[in-house]
Amino acid sequence: MGTHKITTQDVTFKVFRFNADEDYLPYYKEYNMEVTSEEVVLDILNRIKWDHDGSFSYRRSCRHGICGACAIKVNGRSTLACKESMKDMIELFGNEIILEPLSIKRAVKDMIIDKADFWEKHAKVQPFLVSEIDENPEAEHLVSPEEVENLMDADLCIQCGACHYACPVVEINDDFMGPAAFAAAYRFEADVRDEAGTSRLSEVNQEFQGVWDCVKCFECQEACPKDVNPIEKITKLHNMIFAKAVATNNVATRHAVGFKHSIAKHGLLDEGELVRYSEGNIGVLKHVPVAIKMFTKGKIVLPWNMPKSKNLDEIKKLVKSSSTAKF
Amino acid sequence: MEKLRYALFTGCTAKESTPEQMMSTMAVANKLGIELIELTEASCCGASHLQDYDDFLSLVLNARNIAYAEKHGLTMVTICNTCQLNSAMTKHRLDNNAELKAKVNAKLGEVGLEYKGTSQVIHFLYAIIDDFGLDKIKEMVVKPLSQFNIAPFYGCHNIRPSELQNETHKKAENPYNPTSLDDLIIACGGVNVDYTEKNKCCGFHAELQAPRTAAILTGNAVAGAMDANADWMVTPCPLCHLKLDTQTHHASVAIGREVSLPVLHMQQMLGLALGCTNEELGLKHHVTKVDFI
Repeated sequence: MGTHKITTQDVTFKVFRFNADEDYLPYYKEYNMEVTSEEVVLDILNRIKWDHDGSFSYRRSCRHGICGACAIKVNGRSTLACKESMKDMIELFGNEIILEPLSIKRAVKDMIIDKADFWEKHAKVQPFLVSEIDENPEAEHLVSPEEVENLMDADLCIQCGACHYACPVVEINDDFMGPAAFAAAYRFEADVRDEAGTSRLSEVNQEFQGVWDCVKCFECQEACPKDVNPIEKITKLHNMIFAKAVATNNVATRHAVGFKHSIAKHGLLDEGELVRYSEGNIGVLKHVPVAIKMFTKGKIVLPWNMPKSKNLDEIKKLVKSSSTAKF
Repeated sequence: MEKLRYALFTGCTAKESTPEQMMSTMAVANKLGIELIELTEASCCGASHLQDYDDFLSLVLNARNIAYAEKHGLTMVTICNTCQLNSAMTKHRLDNNAELKAKVNAKLGEVGLEYKGTSQVIHFLYAIIDDFGLDKIKEMVVKPLSQFNIAPFYGCHNIRPSELQNETHKKAENPYNPTSLDDLIIACGGVNVDYTEKNKCCGFHAELQAPRTAAILTGNAVAGAMDANADWMVTPCPLCHLKLDTQTHHASVAIGREVSLPVLHMQQMLGLALGCTNEELGLKHHVTKVDFI
């Protein structure tokens, strides 16, 4: 035997309890346990059910980080219960551990949530290969390793919902499709065999529900237990929307393009002009009250005082020669 | 200790909508004896939006900025979380992909520049903590902020993604339990306030496209700090600052509750503790009045 030593620690678990059929409000119940350095979060869920309260409910299945059923939040951090070591959680959060379902507002019973919104949004992006299948092919349809690499691990998603319910926009905006749906959209958009045309991209390009409402907080990247990195795919979808001419002329697309115009002109960003260009001459008016307040505090640079980067000619040249996108 | 010298990438807001951030950065650097050499050649980093339209152009421009820091042979210091993210992400991608680096350098070569990968990119907050040291800060504090409950607001792009954490500072910050700003508050003699929203998003990047979402996030952040009994908030990010300082009216309407707190840049907080004057720190440039001093 090696020198590996199992250690134990006393931990207080504050566990979210709620039964939608009986309770008006959720409550937190405390369980004190001795936790060994070998245990994962799922072991704790099992011990609560087996040793303390048989009515405690949670989803579990594969125990190997593949099925995605046991995703919950530990001290606000989305995690797969079967994969997450208790030792790491104690190191990070101390000896008071809070166990909650992925989404409190969608809780049904204890750790179990209603994931209907997740599946509806997932289905919206046609998360499958759109292709005319030749029933009697005469040759194999080969996909090169490079073409597979282009999927950038988006195919590793196990639909656990960890990123979806970590996303602050999903929490606020019921229409927002969320990072998992976007990662799935990218996975099939990037597949050389796919023939969906622009239908999938058009769906994720819609205002209020699509990629433009992303706040770029990177919560999805942190939450994903399979390193799918949804926000990277969101950027890729933005690029594809422009590249495949799906982009419509609206405040979101102009906002992205406006940076290029400003950099080409000043090197730096002309903040006022970016807002005007993005919103249009009418839309910009709604920003006037805040702009006036900012102006009185010396926070608005007037157009004729706009600072410029030194060696601006270099920047102008690079913008010209390095631009890869057109809109 | 040898004098600390850095190449300063100011970003755009320091030159436009947050002049107080530029003023307080220089005032604090002066007090601490840190030399900041401004990269006047630098362009906008693209603020994580240019890349949505043209990823390659964004890489080239950020690589050019870093190349100027490399010319000085200095570490690049940023004073904006989003500048930090875009610069550090560019460095991360180029340093780990020789082919991409060559492509970017082919463009930079047209203007006589080269990205080598020799300069680190760190936020000023971490330069102060890692290189200068909080123990020395504590010794230099002349006006401890002991009367104040201060709510740290970290800003997403300094703490996420965690893949960049080991490259940008010594003690990797955990996005779920960040400590740097709390540590700085304590070093300044203040009382750090804990609240749920301290490591959450302020909504800045969707302000134009999704104003309601952005306003609710801002409102939640300020409300969280108020409910935790904070006297004011502090942030290392000028974009968070703009949102929290200038947009509280929209935020209040969006969440159905009047929310407002003074918000200081981390440089202003440090400057106060070090004895800089209100003028040096540009405290008059705030929309939400800094009324506690």
